[in-house]
Amino acid sequence: MALIDFQNVCVDFPIYNANGRSLKKRLIQVATGGQLGADPQGRVVVRALEDLSFTLKDGDRVALLGHNGAGKSTLLRLSSGVYEPSAGVARIEGEIVSLIDISLGIDPEATGRENIFLRGGLLGMTRREISNRIDEIIDFSELGDFVDMPLRTYSTGMHLRLAFAVSTIVRPEILLMDEWLSVGDEGFKHKAEKRLTELVESTNILVIASHSRDLVMHTCNRVIWLEHGKIRMDGEPDSVCHAYFGL
Amino acid sequence: MLRDALQLTQKSNKNFMQENSLKVALKDIRAATARYPLVAMLGWQDVRQRYRRSSLGPFWLTISMGVMIGTIGVVFGQIFNTPMQEYLPFLTIGIMLWGFISSVITDGCVGFISAEGIIKQLPIPLFVHIQRMLWRNTLILCHNIIIFPLAFYATGNSLSLTAFLSIPGFFLLLLNLAWAGLILAVLCARYRDLPQIVGSVLQVAFYLTPIMWMPALLPSRVGLSILYVNPIFHLLEIVRAPLLGKLPTMYSWIFSVALAVFGWVVAIVIYGRYKGRIAYWL
Repeated sequence: MALIDFQNVCVDFPIYNANGRSLKKRLIQVATGGQLGADPQGRVVVRALEDLSFTLKDGDRVALLGHNGAGKSTLLRLSSGVYEPSAGVARIEGEIVSLIDISLGIDPEATGRENIFLRGGLLGMTRREISNRIDEIIDFSELGDFVDMPLRTYSTGMHLRLAFAVSTIVRPEILLMDEWLSVGDEGFKHKAEKRLTELVESTNILVIASHSRDLVMHTCNRVIWLEHGKIRMDGEPDSVCHAYFGL
Repeated sequence: MLRDALQLTQKSNKNFMQENSLKVALKDIRAATARYPLVAMLGWQDVRQRYRRSSLGPFWLTISMGVMIGTIGVVFGQIFNTPMQEYLPFLTIGIMLWGFISSVITDGCVGFISAEGIIKQLPIPLFVHIQRMLWRNTLILCHNIIIFPLAFYATGNSLSLTAFLSIPGFFLLLLNLAWAGLILAVLCARYRDLPQIVGSVLQVAFYLTPIMWMPALLPSRVGLSILYVNPIFHLLEIVRAPLLGKLPTMYSWIFSVALAVFGWVVAIVIYGRYKGRIAYWL
């Protein structure tokens, strides 16, 4: 049972310029009692998401559509619990895995094997779980003996294959992605596609930010269209895609 | 209009947060403690990184520390006119622990800043980053410990049973450093020039604390009273004195316990209040 429930959620980013960020300036402001900005707290705020309310339940496959800067990534981060809303209530229940950056935490000086443990640990797997499945991961990544070499000796493709192989081994209740992951050459791509589809099918809730109409129509059963941080449309892929992409 | 809305949301948010801030802080710390295997792995990883392509790794720090202790020992031992047998073990433990304390404090300042990538991507309890930093520095301290028997036996001293008392002392030190690191990590994420200030304060603290000089050398009661309010002195004493075969004063123990309690209360209040903002500040 997984749930993402947003009630009137807003996200404001405070913008600290080089000066605003210093303690000295803060002290001087207090000392002189004056403010340079118009804002009562003397800071500039950018509102990234405004007054979002929606509920995602088991079985929801949600695509986030919107232009650059519409708030898709912020909404993904909010759903992962990384950001707390500046206002409103966000309730998130269930085990979350975010595959927004599959290379995160990977150490180029460590060997492939060590990196499997590092990456797996960050994704919330225990050492034992990883040990049990390490052969499967190595096998899938097709790295062979390279797995005991430092990662800096890898080609970009090998690096991504390893990151993909570890990152997709988890089976979370809530899965967050930024675009469909696509790695490797033709042969690997096919295998990866299959693995990712399995992962998406096993998860209770999928939230994916995308610009691809095919992906949205193919994978999702609900689409949220964001514009300037607000929900422009929320509904069936057919109708929203029609309105967003035209035709 | 936007500003009005902002103020309104901030106001309603404040009430909501105050009720929950303690819970938020405690929940995060509890969750982080439950993830100790991750903490252990990341801490080890940091230490292992120093070994890469270097056969001595962190022992390079140990060597330079050893050389420093030797030099200071010879020079200041002469200046202060203290017998080596007494001065060298005192200096060795002092410098070792000071190295630990000061690097925990400076690493604490960038505790969240340096973990920005993870904090902005993965919902991992934030206190994990503080624990990782404590664990990493404890491992490095373990490397440095090898200087201790060298300095100790070279000057013809031997350990007594009292030395075991330094173990609870060390845990109390760790407990105190944990809250200090947590508060600093939060504040430094917001105010980026704070680490520099902390750096200079540490430098002053090094000279104010009996590490290079022995308390017995202080001429008057006035000098001693400075020691009584120096928290670093008491935290050092509860670990150092037992290793030198002396009992730390009751005052040092009580001071350290009280400091830990007080510090943690403050840390939990600050952490609970601002935990949600940390990701935004990075």
